[in-house]
Amino acid sequence: AALNDGLRSQVSAALKEGRVAPTELCQRCLALIKSTKFLNAYITVAEETAMKQAEESEERYKRGQPLGILDGIPVAVKDNFNTAGIETTCASNMLKGYISPYNATVVQKLLDQGAVLLGKTNLDEFAMGSGSTDGVFGPVRNPWSYSKQYKEKSVPKSDSEESDWVITGGSSGGSAAAVSSFTCFAALGSDTGGSTRNPAAHCGVVGLKPTYGLISRHGLIPLVNSMDVPGILTRCVDDAAVLLGSLAGHDPKDSTTIQDDFEPFELPNLTDVSKLSIGIPKEYHAPGLSSEILALWSKAADLFKNAGAKVVEVSLPHTRYSIVCYHVLCTAEVASNMARFDGLEYGHRSDMKDSTESMYAATRREGFNDVVRGRILSGNYFLLKQNYEKYFVKAQKVRRLIANDFVKVFRSGVDILLTPTTLSDAAPYTEFIQEDNRTRSTQDDILTQAANMAGLPAINVPTALSERGLPVGLQFIGRSFQEKQLLTVAKWFEKQVQFPMIQLEEVKRHDSGVFQHQKSASFS
Amino acid sequence: MRALLLGRWLRAGPGPPRVPPRPESRHRGNGGNGGHGPLRQKVSVEVLDHLEHLALVDFRDSEGVERLHKAIQFADQLHEVNTDGVELMDSVLEDRCLYLREDDVTEGNCTKELLENAREKVEEYFVAPPGNIPLPKLEERETFLQGS
Repeated sequence: AALNDGLRSQVSAALKEGRVAPTELCQRCLALIKSTKFLNAYITVAEETAMKQAEESEERYKRGQPLGILDGIPVAVKDNFNTAGIETTCASNMLKGYISPYNATVVQKLLDQGAVLLGKTNLDEFAMGSGSTDGVFGPVRNPWSYSKQYKEKSVPKSDSEESDWVITGGSSGGSAAAVSSFTCFAALGSDTGGSTRNPAAHCGVVGLKPTYGLISRHGLIPLVNSMDVPGILTRCVDDAAVLLGSLAGHDPKDSTTIQDDFEPFELPNLTDVSKLSIGIPKEYHAPGLSSEILALWSKAADLFKNAGAKVVEVSLPHTRYSIVCYHVLCTAEVASNMARFDGLEYGHRSDMKDSTESMYAATRREGFNDVVRGRILSGNYFLLKQNYEKYFVKAQKVRRLIANDFVKVFRSGVDILLTPTTLSDAAPYTEFIQEDNRTRSTQDDILTQAANMAGLPAINVPTALSERGLPVGLQFIGRSFQEKQLLTVAKWFEKQVQFPMIQLEEVKRHDSGVFQHQKSASFS
Repeated sequence: MRALLLGRWLRAGPGPPRVPPRPESRHRGNGGNGGHGPLRQKVSVEVLDHLEHLALVDFRDSEGVERLHKAIQFADQLHEVNTDGVELMDSVLEDRCLYLREDDVTEGNCTKELLENAREKVEEYFVAPPGNIPLPKLEERETFLQGS
């Protein structure tokens, strides 16, 4: 059955009615994590604490006092969020063995609502990358590599299927793979240039990037302070709305969160789109966009038009500079943010003792991989006195132009923009690593990056399977803080396209009853 | 065009394309070799050394230096954009007032937790090697740049 038809089973209801127990759900997820270990989606699995949380949840359900929809729901968190008592590594040698002394605000919020934290997911080192291939714990494999749909379409190679697997995209690849392979119902990622939406598109899940300032970044190890946001990965749009509802809102510990009151919302079932105006930004037909995705994008536009919506071509003229601008601002902020890693208070520390400077240099030499070091050095270059105006300030000015492009388009009456999320479906790992990280990032982030530049909310909705049997998604970009409208439209679209459920071959089905719950689209 | 897998909505008849059929014409391409500014002169060894000092991170090998050159070349594209009279933007929330908390102590007393993650400590102090000793000069350091 398709993921999003009306008969999706509701895990929360099942928990409430006692048809399944939180401990059972947790056990099944943990078992599934074990049997899908080859995906390398998880860095740390917090088995004991998860079971304890599940037991506590079970008690609450027995007393008839669940904390809410998320009570007892297994979730996973990207390994760049601090989680008290659990190792937080950012997939880097620099933080191997670092046990966070506190919970990130978003993690705390999930725990306060009774969610069961299964573990920390894999990523590119310090969230730098678009493949989830550059972390010290190895690359993440896309669950769709092991799906019937992909296997049917791929030409078997002479050597084992080991070389055939495709990447998840990144940098929140572990989270996307975890949700896609049913090991959890929702996962947190982060999104700075597309890091939640890109893997969501490649793994066939919903990836939401909220408006900058809506969700707290306290406890999220920062990459680019002016663009980072926590991202939400789920199997359907309704679930994303539920997660958003529990995470959004002002946090006194994060002064970049807005102070407006946030009201969690339920998504209406939109039936009439005639009042909608959908914008198609022409610059998003970027060079290299696959003809498949182009066709899909076109069909989606037709879909809206045929349903009565107004579909107009719009222009965001500075789109192609977005990635260059990002490159400069990102490396500059990274140079600053990575300065905290000196081995003195936490993290890896070198044995070098000659002087503080040489100890710092040796620690950083040993702790960071090439990608991170490369960005730090580039960032420092752009921030040199002789380069500051030419590069850093220039990029900040171009940023305003990019943000203004969006303002103009939304002011002209367009409600939502519809664009592709990625240039193509997921590449095989062996092909992906032919180019270096920076090149790949500039290629892969091109369609997602501008939304981070302007701070706008954006969502990837899995749309269809490619000729290779792999997921392809489309992206909706909305106005600032208009997540309700964005998600409502996304939900309508999701219902129309009926994206198929992944048919995982390697995973044995144990108790089909409980598995049914796990495979359900939503918990809401 | 070969039909994509499933979905009734996909089999609806073709109309005029609503999405741009061709990519942006003036686009020079991104990533790879396209999309770079004109080839500029290399960064001098003095600047490279200076960067290693500032960043306390090393280039490690010629690939590292190449990476920097490519990054600069890529960033040079910014100069194509006319930004006369444009104000710089440092935050998308610039129209809002920054939130300031009341100056009340609400948490703390977590010395033990904070010291847990440090490798070298004595009582309640983090221990660092002696300071005020500059990094050895280029000639004396073991760095890739020495050979340049």
